[in-house]
Amino acid sequence: MWDYTDKVMEHFLNPKNVGRIENPDGIGEVGSLACGDALTFTFKLGPDGRIADAKFQTFGCASAIASSSVLTEMVKGLTLEEAEKITNKDIVERLGGLPEQKMHCSVMGHEALMAAIAYYRSKGKGAPPAVKSGKIVCTCFGVTDEEIRRVVRDNNLTTVEQVTNYCKAGGGCGGCRGQIEKLIEEVQGDKVRQLRAAPEPPPRKLTNIQKIALIQEVLGEQVRPAMRAHGGDIELIDVVGNRVIVAFRGMCASCKLADYTMKEIVEAKLHEYVSPDLIVEEEADAAQRPHSHQES
Amino acid sequence: MDSVIYMDNNATTKVDPAVVEEMLPYFEQWYGNPSSMHSFGGRVAKKIQQARERIAALLGCQPDEILFTSGGTESDNTAIHGTLAAYPRKRKIITTRVEHPAILSPCRHLEQHGYEIYELSVDRQGRLSLDELAEVLDDNTALVTIMYANNETGVIFPIEEIGALCRARGVPFHTDAVQAVGKIPLNLKDSTIDMLSLSGHKLHAPKGIGVLYIRRGVRLVPFILGGHQEAGRRGGTENVPGIIGLGKAAELAREYMEDENTRVRALRDRLEAKILATCPDTMVNGDRQNRLPNTLNVSFEYVEGESILMMLNQYGICASSGSACTSGSLEPSHVMRAMGVPFTAAHGSVRFSLSRFNTQQEVDFVGEKIGPIIHRLRQLSPFVKTA
Repeated sequence: MWDYTDKVMEHFLNPKNVGRIENPDGIGEVGSLACGDALTFTFKLGPDGRIADAKFQTFGCASAIASSSVLTEMVKGLTLEEAEKITNKDIVERLGGLPEQKMHCSVMGHEALMAAIAYYRSKGKGAPPAVKSGKIVCTCFGVTDEEIRRVVRDNNLTTVEQVTNYCKAGGGCGGCRGQIEKLIEEVQGDKVRQLRAAPEPPPRKLTNIQKIALIQEVLGEQVRPAMRAHGGDIELIDVVGNRVIVAFRGMCASCKLADYTMKEIVEAKLHEYVSPDLIVEEEADAAQRPHSHQES
Repeated sequence: MDSVIYMDNNATTKVDPAVVEEMLPYFEQWYGNPSSMHSFGGRVAKKIQQARERIAALLGCQPDEILFTSGGTESDNTAIHGTLAAYPRKRKIITTRVEHPAILSPCRHLEQHGYEIYELSVDRQGRLSLDELAEVLDDNTALVTIMYANNETGVIFPIEEIGALCRARGVPFHTDAVQAVGKIPLNLKDSTIDMLSLSGHKLHAPKGIGVLYIRRGVRLVPFILGGHQEAGRRGGTENVPGIIGLGKAAELAREYMEDENTRVRALRDRLEAKILATCPDTMVNGDRQNRLPNTLNVSFEYVEGESILMMLNQYGICASSGSACTSGSLEPSHVMRAMGVPFTAAHGSVRFSLSRFNTQQEVDFVGEKIGPIIHRLRQLSPFVKTA
């Protein structure tokens, strides 16, 4: 179960300002049934130009209902200029926090508020501006590049996972993750590039003899014990340049996951401890020889 | 929460007090290792054999066809990896799109390493097509693994017909029967099933114990090596109290089988009728004819599953949902999606799964509360105008 704050639970169980204002001055509709959450936010201005009333209707989880409810309380009494300064972070703060995976609920509240203000301002000036501007990046959830840039900027996000938590982009088929990474880089610039650049270990210059000795050591300490525990073994046959020729023995010789073991375990360990340039290959003769579980 | 109305028995079950009672002496009093030569351990070994016999009686198989594991997930993984190791030249596994992750995850892992995984589709009622299975079964198939009953909808698959198709092609057939065992009668002796997984905590035994039934003569390479236990088929000192608990739970399951199929079914149907009568725009997910007697999966349109669960929770009612928001993912359950349940309904799906410990009073209480909860949430929903 999600760890919700008392404030979230209070607004979920006793939501404030539920409904839809008749003849509102501003109306913002975001989300959809297909996406799993949707919000309609309406407001009415008083004679002093301040928001006199605000109501919401939400289809969504406890966080979505609580975010919408608290937003209606936050905007009452504000001018539109003051209201449009509210960010999703302010909504989260007022709720005492939200689980990371639920941040998109607060973003939905913010988007609905912005859409409602835009609706008000467009009146008498032709059609209201499109709620979504920009180019669709995430087709699964219909999220645009501008929305992604905004959540990255407003919330100082640096990873695709965070973007998904905040606006759902990338949470479907995942085909847009590359584009999202580029948008993060575009907004965050050097900051994110520095974060992503893993500290490079100083290149190690090894003589052939040192390299073979180190490979033997890694195989002996990091790889062989696990294989022996399963009745198998590994033998270093040769090292030719960066090609490491090995042979599997015992149970490992007949294992259908030998290719996986070779690349994901043996090669990965050698990359980590010896050199990232090494390529592990199974001895041609051993690979073709019929294997037996009794072989050792 | 002072009192709980527990209707999430497909997730886990209460350990029967009689099971606990039978297990207790094996923690402090009879703690010997069943592999030891002394009689102190020998007594434990005999008790394990008794558990094996009790489980065999529930499944209608031989005691030596029972392999104890740590639970359903290990049983499923053993069946898959053990079979592939036994048939190294065959590279294809046939399963379904609605399996538990204990099957789908290892299959998808194997797919990344060169295996062909074929996932059979299901229709809107969650039913499989045997014709599709017959079409894709071929000489390259190492294993067919298809669940007995779906954990979310309770839909029961035509397991014997599936097994017959596999047998005709000489392909081993495994079924993940974690949800079925203890709820519906099984007789593996006269069955076409080669391997079957079950999990203790789904039938009022503790967590951490399970079984893989392996028909005599079925080839399987051990998945866990390390000792001679379980006739060399699974290394590791036995989970003695767990095994003993599962044995007792199996005995009780036989005793209560009729109850499960009559009283519990009647309770489930009573709840279903009440929900459908009081909540418009609500549908039952899954084949209502071929369904586990304890399971009810309903979709409440225009409201979201997590909100329903949390409102129910206020009354101490425990259920579960396939909605995205309960899982941290962004899409509703893979089972709902595979069945083609519309998104409008999939987001509002709730599963009630009963057990022999549920009462009519509890069912009536849930039936009384659910209507107002759905009505209240729909009042909050922007789609209320269409509801």
